[in-house]
Amino acid sequence: MTGTPRSLSTGVIVPAFSGHTSRRLRHTIGSGVAYLVLTVCGLGMAVPFIWLLSTSLKLEGTEFTFPPQWLPRPIRWQNYADALQVVPYLSYARNTLIITVAATAGTLITASLTAFAFARIRFPGRSVLFMLLLSTLMLPDAVTLVPKYILFSRLHWINTYLPLTVPAWFGGGAFNVFLLRQFFMTIPHDLDEAARIDGASNAQVYWNVVLPLAVPALTTVAIFSIMANWNDFLYPLIYLNQQKYFTLALGLQFFQSQYGTQWTLMMAASVMMILPMILLFFFAQRYFIQGIQLTGLAGR
Amino acid sequence: MSESTLLVRGRRSHAWSAARWRDTRDGYFFILPWLLGFVIWTAGPMIASVIISFTDWRIVTTPHFVGLANFAALLQDPRIRIALFNTAYYVILGVPTHLILALVSALLLNLRLRGIAVYRTLFYLPFITPLVANALLWLWIFNTDFGLANWLLTLFHLPSVDWLQDPRAVKNAFIIMSWWTVGGQMVILLAGLQGIPQHLYEAAGIDGAGRWARFRHVTLPLLTPSLFFNLTLAMIGAFQVFVQAYVMTSGGPEDASLFYVLYLYRVAFQNFDMGYASAMAWLLFVIILIITLIQFRFANRWVYYEAELKG
Repeated sequence: MTGTPRSLSTGVIVPAFSGHTSRRLRHTIGSGVAYLVLTVCGLGMAVPFIWLLSTSLKLEGTEFTFPPQWLPRPIRWQNYADALQVVPYLSYARNTLIITVAATAGTLITASLTAFAFARIRFPGRSVLFMLLLSTLMLPDAVTLVPKYILFSRLHWINTYLPLTVPAWFGGGAFNVFLLRQFFMTIPHDLDEAARIDGASNAQVYWNVVLPLAVPALTTVAIFSIMANWNDFLYPLIYLNQQKYFTLALGLQFFQSQYGTQWTLMMAASVMMILPMILLFFFAQRYFIQGIQLTGLAGR
Repeated sequence: MSESTLLVRGRRSHAWSAARWRDTRDGYFFILPWLLGFVIWTAGPMIASVIISFTDWRIVTTPHFVGLANFAALLQDPRIRIALFNTAYYVILGVPTHLILALVSALLLNLRLRGIAVYRTLFYLPFITPLVANALLWLWIFNTDFGLANWLLTLFHLPSVDWLQDPRAVKNAFIIMSWWTVGGQMVILLAGLQGIPQHLYEAAGIDGAGRWARFRHVTLPLLTPSLFFNLTLAMIGAFQVFVQAYVMTSGGPEDASLFYVLYLYRVAFQNFDMGYASAMAWLLFVIILIITLIQFRFANRWVYYEAELKG
């Protein structure tokens, strides 16, 4: 140990672990233990994904080994090309993309408008309506599942993307409005007061003052919306029942039933569905964590 | 929130000035999309759902008013009881374990260590994996003969489990699987932890509080709003577990993973019995509502809002 107490040389005996040295030592041991725990847990979290990647690269037949073989031998990249052949993967991806973009655009526009009014404009009934909005957060989707289906089938919207996109243009979901409203509340009022003195209308304050300052929160909402739409299963399952309209989530599941279970190809297709989300998170995570933190989503 | 609102309130005049008219007009104009959406896609369907639940509507047939027949049938239906039991099992065991794991991970990932961002990403990644892709992956992990889960058990010389074929194991399999998605709650708790003012820890340190005391008397109380938020939404989410069971087991074996919404889906979209499905939806809604209200009722016993900032 480097921290030999100086007192030893003076002949005074002091406990080996005391004062500054011991605190530093305890700190080192503490972070060592922390790294160990984090690494073990982190690996545990990563294992399913590693296993997914590994299986997706195995030659068909070699996935059935016990104990499991972690490194595929041989590595077969061809699985990815084959997976694209087995299901019309690219057309599913295109469908999913159309839905995701249309719904996310609607969410960003209408949720931010609603949130702006709740955060920044005084009007009678505002707090009652805001409570109403919050209470819909607690409403389980299952309750409106059947009547919404009936409504959309009456409108002949089954097997179109309209049921999956149009509702997003009507408020963009209570959760997103809440998140944006909380963020807008943190923007200093002096800024809009100044703009208003210069004669700015509410619309101008929204567009020129609040939105440019709300980029982290808008990014957070965009990520939530993209993830929710990319991954959604139940609503596409109900509203889309012709294969040409299928999304990736439906297509993947279809994969399994139609061709028995070709694990290696199915895992390759899964990787291709997950990858865009990982890239999205990777490039946006800085804004994302910041957005969550600043919006008071953490409840404070 | 408080200061600016108070200032605005203080300035509010009682006469309806031109500005006030303008703000009222603009306010309703801005929230119009949401308000319409609320009427068309929330309030309307809820009312419709009540009405449909009193009929025998099957989409193609003309609906007849059947009174409370659907609700009476609910009480008689043994599969409702099974579905409620399965769902309650999943909620009661799944939600608390999930929340505790999320809290522990958030505390770990809040440590100021070099490279912590990498660990945060590792913990978050499984959460952004699409549910379907995740379900298919875990189907493979829980494979009795070649799956990772049983390989892990053999490492510890434990007997293999028929995870998805054994009625006693299947619900536990779903709960175990849910532990890998703590990332979502973890991020929210992490943001909560980082929002705790440092000076409180310093003050506690000066008062001689140790690590545990600081956690017990500073961290935990200030984190309760985040915990409450997570708990409430996680509960509502867990009651509606669907995709995993639909993709991995179709509710089997022997209905052991027939969760409530899966059963509802079958009644509505395979049997097209919209009346019965609506009655089912309302039963679920009432159950969730009661539990949520109880949670809110008891929230003030344990949820601590700093200076009551929240409205």
